[in-house]
Amino acid sequence: MFESMELSSLQQYWWVLISILGAALVFLLFVQGGQTLLFQVAKTDEERTFLINTLGRKWELTFTTLVTFGGAFFASFPLFYATSFGGAYWVWMAILFGFIVQAVSYEFRSKAGNFLGKKTYECFLFANGFLATVLLGAAVSTFFTGSAFSIDMYNLSKWDLPTHGLEAALNIQNLSLGIALFFLTRMTGAMYFMNSIVHEEIFKRSQKQVFWNGLIFLVFFLIFAGLLLTSQGYAVDTNGIVYMEDYKYLNNFLQMPLVLIFFLIGVVLVLWGWYRSFAKGIVRAFWCTSAGVFLVVLSLFFIAGFNNTSFYPSYTDLQSSLTIYNASSSHFTLSVMSYVSLFIPFVVLYIAYAWRSLAKLKISKEELNSNSHVY
Amino acid sequence: MTMLDAALTDWSRAQFALTAIYHWFFVPLTLGLSFIMAITETIYVKTGNEEWKKLTKFWMTLFGVNFAIGVATGIILEFEFGTNWSKYSWIVGDIFGAPLAVEGIFAFFLESTFIAVMFFGWDKLSKKFHLLSTWLVAFGSNLSAFWILVANAWMNYPTGTEFNPDTARSEMISFWDVALSPFAINKFLHTISSAYIVSALFVVGVSSWYMLKNRNVIFAKKSILVASVFGVLSSLFIIITGDGSAYQVAQKQPMKLAAMEGLYEGKEGTGLIAFGILNPSKKIADSEDPFLTKIEIPKLLSLLSYRDANAFVPGIKDLVYGNEKYGIEPAQKKIERGKISVQALNRYKEAKIAGDTLAMNLALAELKETFHDFGYAYFDHVEQIVPNITLVFYSFHIMVALGFLFLVIFILTFWFTYKEKIESKKWLLRVALWSIPLGYLASQLGWVVAEVGRQPWAIQNILPVFKATSHLSVGAVQTTFFLFLVLFTILLTAEIRILIKQIKNGPKE
Repeated sequence: MFESMELSSLQQYWWVLISILGAALVFLLFVQGGQTLLFQVAKTDEERTFLINTLGRKWELTFTTLVTFGGAFFASFPLFYATSFGGAYWVWMAILFGFIVQAVSYEFRSKAGNFLGKKTYECFLFANGFLATVLLGAAVSTFFTGSAFSIDMYNLSKWDLPTHGLEAALNIQNLSLGIALFFLTRMTGAMYFMNSIVHEEIFKRSQKQVFWNGLIFLVFFLIFAGLLLTSQGYAVDTNGIVYMEDYKYLNNFLQMPLVLIFFLIGVVLVLWGWYRSFAKGIVRAFWCTSAGVFLVVLSLFFIAGFNNTSFYPSYTDLQSSLTIYNASSSHFTLSVMSYVSLFIPFVVLYIAYAWRSLAKLKISKEELNSNSHVY
Repeated sequence: MTMLDAALTDWSRAQFALTAIYHWFFVPLTLGLSFIMAITETIYVKTGNEEWKKLTKFWMTLFGVNFAIGVATGIILEFEFGTNWSKYSWIVGDIFGAPLAVEGIFAFFLESTFIAVMFFGWDKLSKKFHLLSTWLVAFGSNLSAFWILVANAWMNYPTGTEFNPDTARSEMISFWDVALSPFAINKFLHTISSAYIVSALFVVGVSSWYMLKNRNVIFAKKSILVASVFGVLSSLFIIITGDGSAYQVAQKQPMKLAAMEGLYEGKEGTGLIAFGILNPSKKIADSEDPFLTKIEIPKLLSLLSYRDANAFVPGIKDLVYGNEKYGIEPAQKKIERGKISVQALNRYKEAKIAGDTLAMNLALAELKETFHDFGYAYFDHVEQIVPNITLVFYSFHIMVALGFLFLVIFILTFWFTYKEKIESKKWLLRVALWSIPLGYLASQLGWVVAEVGRQPWAIQNILPVFKATSHLSVGAVQTTFFLFLVLFTILLTAEIRILIKQIKNGPKE
């Protein structure tokens, strides 16, 4: 089936899969956002334990999605993996350090003999929540603003600035997406608390957080979207030559109306969920906003990679820019991996089943007391 | 190779080794303890005896503490291929990325989804669904080991691949050759059986501590019984898989085998060194005795390596300088051929730019003919192809000796527990307790043999490590190395302290 497909079709299929994984990852970053609210939504140690046990049942899913996102990018577009990870070294290392400390914090936090004390692990969770969202947001924004690398005739890459990725933080567009993502995930994190915990005070404080974080998110997202839609973008002609095009990403939306519809529906769902959550206290608004987040991120990945666009452009050497056509794996590898991808719906199904099974009982004092495994 | 290249390579290797060693402190317990928990929970579901549930929950708590830090170190390993081995990531990404992605899709999600069910679903779900979740965690974690070891095996024995000069990388031509290569299967089975032994030693050792303290005795005996049987079976299995691994090494990586045995000059009917002290002043080319003292089992190395007691096993000297009688080419020839291969690739690239089809075809033919020695082009002198013999030799021999010791410990603990005499065998309980760190040591040494033994290659015969790094400053890698060192050490300290505390608290009544 897949082996008879054109290479370009496989490359597009894999860009769709990468986009889906990226969108799923951003949706699941509500765990990271929630981690940054530990000191605001919870006022007592007991309340903090509620929050941490709520997030603690989901952190591995976000973590695994990140790892799989990395693995799938490696398998399908190895030139991106080699160029970005080896080049923007400091950005990726900072993200990774955040995830190292996150992985131990849930399990170690309340255990006797944990060496660093409860507070330290809670700060680790905050650090992960902050670093992962701001830096991943800024990193994704470089899909539109470009990076400083060049690639030689053997496809070996080098970074052209000694700051190795940190320079991305100086760009307002990158920074605004990073900050927007930080506040977005804080909003969805607070919504998740409302959805999962039976506790009046936590509910009220979370509701307040939904409002303020949603508002700040909106401001930064509008700055990002404004800059994105009015800026020049990295276009590719039929010979694979990269050039700058005015309003490239606006044009991509207009030339791919379905993607524009995804984007608009996504934005509406995010805002509708936000309103329903902060104004009416509807707990299921979490799912409405999350669906919106998924669609918005999906559409952003689509306008970065499709319609003759370079998804990982270089501003120091334009012709080194990566497209889904010059950065991918071979036809054989893509087709083999496409068979593997057929199992993804099955994976999603069992995750959903397990999620529902565990969500039957909301987190409460009784629930935690009855459970033998408490973070 | 410049001094700067050498320093960058050394620090990149040091960082990867550090991460891998720390990762491997936690993974064996995850791989083995998950099965031990699944077995004890199965007994609980079958018998309905609450003692077995209590026992399962206790080991599950220790599993959770250990699992978290295994995950923390694991994510770094995956991303380090990109961050620190960027050239490697491009040159072999077409093959190497696939097992990592498969690992994520098939194994990690299985593991992470059902681990939440396993920990939090005790009273929310039916007993059978919970049991299924515990088995799926065990299955998922072992499946993830399979795929990452497939990737590792491929580095040692690059099969199912072809070099594409247009993209300047190796590309996959057979997924099954990569996934089911005999090297991968042996490596997987050998590695997981070593993990099972570490886990069994852990359970037997911790339970022995309870016996010595004369507390939780019934719990401890039940645990010893399950873990010692698991340990005996794993120990017998590791002998078979160890033999399989060594056989593969003999066929595909003769230099690694020679280093493992400290064999400088090959001969027919080579013996196996049962015990030996290396001569520190021995050089490759001289005729000094490689050993100060040794005990050798005649002809065994030939038998194990080639299934023929009189077979010729090449030594380090043969592999470096050649041995005409046995048709072994000197490494110098390979270096020359490698240089021809690299030049052919360059010519191909230039001809392509110039649009000269004839020159392209000629260059391509030459490249194909010489490609199997492509990586040798980057060596300045032949001695560079020899790994650190001292490290590989001692690591190998200590690992094997410990492996046999563990088998004896498992048999004795099983026998005396079965005969209800284990309480009186204080010496055995003490030995079992102190074997816990030895289990970790043996398992780590196994990786030292595998990874140091294949130096200087990142990909055997194709890509030396010093050609695989990212384009980074030495200072950047040094900085992250020390950050990792400090962070991992703090977290390891925390983990050990928590484990000790949990063990001292014992199973919840």
